[in-house]
Amino acid sequence: MYKILKKEKLSPEVFRFTLSAPLIAKERKAGQFVIIQKGGDYEERIPLTIADSDREKGTIDIVFQAVGDGTHRLALMNEGEEIENVLGPLGRPTDIKKYGKVVLVGGGVGVAPLYPIAKAMKEAGNDISIIIGARNKGLVIEEDEMRALDENLIVMTDDGSYGRKGLVTIPLEEIISTGHVDLAVVIGPAVMMRAASKVTEKYSVPTIASLNTIMIDGTGMCGGCRVSIGGKTKFVCVDGPEFDAHQVDWDNLMARQRTFRDFEQEEHHKCHAVYGIKEGEA
Amino acid sequence: MDIAGMDKSAGEILSSLEGKSLSVKDRMAIERQEMPSQDPNERIRNMNEVALGYTENMARAEALRCLDCKNKPCVEGCPVSIDIPSFIREVAKGDYKKAYDVISASSILPAICGRVCPQEVQCQKYCTVGKALKNVDKAVSIGRLERFVADRNTDAPIPEVAPETGRKVAIVGSGPASISAAADIRRNGHSVVMFEALHKTGGVLSYGIPEFRLPKKLVEKELDKLGKMGVEIRKNTLVGRTRTVHELLGEDGFDAVFIGSGAGLPKFMGIPGENLVGVMSANEYLTRSNLMKAYDSKKSHTPEYRAKRIAVFGGGNVAMDAARTALRLGAEQVDIIYRRTQEEMPARKEEVEHAVEEGCNILMLTQPVEILSDENGKVRAVKVRKCVLGEVGKDGRRKPVEVEGSDYEIPYDAVIVAIGNASNPLIKLTTDEIEVNQRGNFIVDENGKTSMDKVWAGGDIVLGAATVILAMGEGRRAAKGINEYLASLK
Repeated sequence: MYKILKKEKLSPEVFRFTLSAPLIAKERKAGQFVIIQKGGDYEERIPLTIADSDREKGTIDIVFQAVGDGTHRLALMNEGEEIENVLGPLGRPTDIKKYGKVVLVGGGVGVAPLYPIAKAMKEAGNDISIIIGARNKGLVIEEDEMRALDENLIVMTDDGSYGRKGLVTIPLEEIISTGHVDLAVVIGPAVMMRAASKVTEKYSVPTIASLNTIMIDGTGMCGGCRVSIGGKTKFVCVDGPEFDAHQVDWDNLMARQRTFRDFEQEEHHKCHAVYGIKEGEA
Repeated sequence: MDIAGMDKSAGEILSSLEGKSLSVKDRMAIERQEMPSQDPNERIRNMNEVALGYTENMARAEALRCLDCKNKPCVEGCPVSIDIPSFIREVAKGDYKKAYDVISASSILPAICGRVCPQEVQCQKYCTVGKALKNVDKAVSIGRLERFVADRNTDAPIPEVAPETGRKVAIVGSGPASISAAADIRRNGHSVVMFEALHKTGGVLSYGIPEFRLPKKLVEKELDKLGKMGVEIRKNTLVGRTRTVHELLGEDGFDAVFIGSGAGLPKFMGIPGENLVGVMSANEYLTRSNLMKAYDSKKSHTPEYRAKRIAVFGGGNVAMDAARTALRLGAEQVDIIYRRTQEEMPARKEEVEHAVEEGCNILMLTQPVEILSDENGKVRAVKVRKCVLGEVGKDGRRKPVEVEGSDYEIPYDAVIVAIGNASNPLIKLTTDEIEVNQRGNFIVDENGKTSMDKVWAGGDIVLGAATVILAMGEGRRAAKGINEYLASLK
């Protein structure tokens, strides 16, 4: 059993849980993820990136957006309650080393998994620049944590309600076009990662994207997470989750992410109706 | 004939033979007792078990067909060497408890093996009755009798455990190889911890084999038995990620490790279109339905890909399981596409027959060459090519030869790829010392020992994708090796 030690609401639909998970806390490295299953026979398995951990206290932090039925019901859990199953750490860790100048770009809830990578990149002696983006002010998360790593943090919102107005690709291109960048790391919605990847490709900046796909077991067994990387099929759970962004077949990735969209939308509405949650909130 | 009728005619056979001393000729004259099963039209609308099991009359009548041969050729064909004629003799006498004791001396999973073993290529293949009647399908129905005995003894006491030795063994995985290894090691008094990655134990018995072929409550019961013997089960532990084999043997203080992690990495064909929406591995399709219970759409929170016209690539048991699951989940057309003929299919004959009875089509001598997309990146059709059988290959089967220019398209809205599994790389990646072959399977010696000190392995991680009973046999072999090793320690 994995106890929820702390629950925070980062935005109307984004939550942070601190879970007691000593073994995972001990083994995990930046870039890895867990799979959560609330318990019993009928609950789904949900892959979530580890946002932070504390080896001494034996805890891991997960950050998730209540988008589907499973994440909504997860959001309804409270401090002191227990999650029956948490499997991890899964996936290959980020290749942390000294690259030189590293630009890190996070979009939406993707900012959370970007944090441990930014922290590790900085600790490895890299000169880092961080850009985070969200649809609006209410959805901006982890701004303080990120600013502690990069005092020149750039915050973008689609509607201009906070920080600069526009997409993360604008400051990304400004940074790359005005100085040398050795590596870019992008995490966020696929459409944002694709756009960021196009910018870095134009300037031939090596780029890592952390991919989020359909997944059941997380051990290589189901193959639901397969993606096309440079024309070759790879499994996100064992070969990833990070890949060379310039080699990713983004159209295929996005089509596959939508495989169960009808089911998810139906479940999402049902969930809002059952629990009386307003749209856009959890 | 329905089950009542089958039972009645079995009863008539029994009363006509009562009190007689039976000659070989008398025994050979008894008709083989068929397995009662749910009506095909009925069963494709539910997930309940297809085969219903013998009644007492049927079991006893079938048991009388056994000639009790002195040389016991059937035992030679059994991977775990169950004393088959002895248990069948007890069934004929009506002493089902004793029959169970005979089986349990060799097998810990009779209720499961009686259902999923390919008996026609094991024990029954060597049966003298089948040989004499020149038809393996007329051999004594050993598997059905095994199932009958197991189902009659569901409350059997748990096996005895020797006094604690203070030695600790880690078992990686909780499928058939691991279950049998865990039981045999625990019986010797060693403490056993079983590590499972998923939220449910049982391995392929839970995520792979469908409910209609192997009810999950039977699997749970077998695992409960292990718990009662004192085996500790730790879920959510992926060895290779959560813990490494080195950590288990080092800081965690285990004296030996058994790895039964299974095959667990689905193969794909490598043809264009395999990553389209609507193309799944059989592992994914079956895991959604079995482990995640997606067939129960009212309760399950995991979706299954619902489609009307489904192509299944492959000819093994897993392909049959996927095809039959698809029918039960509402597919209107299910085509099993296989490049050889039905004769060469690796699936059990009974599984193929069940699939056909239920309405699956088999497209023989047909090779998929491309999966075609609609404008949204979803499966629209499969382009296939005709094949003919050519020369006999190394495996003794005739090789399919593609016929150039014979391509045509068949419309489908989903494709399930069931062409086997490769070995999962996770443990090897963190355990350099374990030697593997070209396919990534662990190399072990005649005792199931790997090239790494204190580490044994068995099941699909060694064999490649095989069967439940072979995995069990491997688990027992390694357990013997581990028990001997631990006994040699001072």
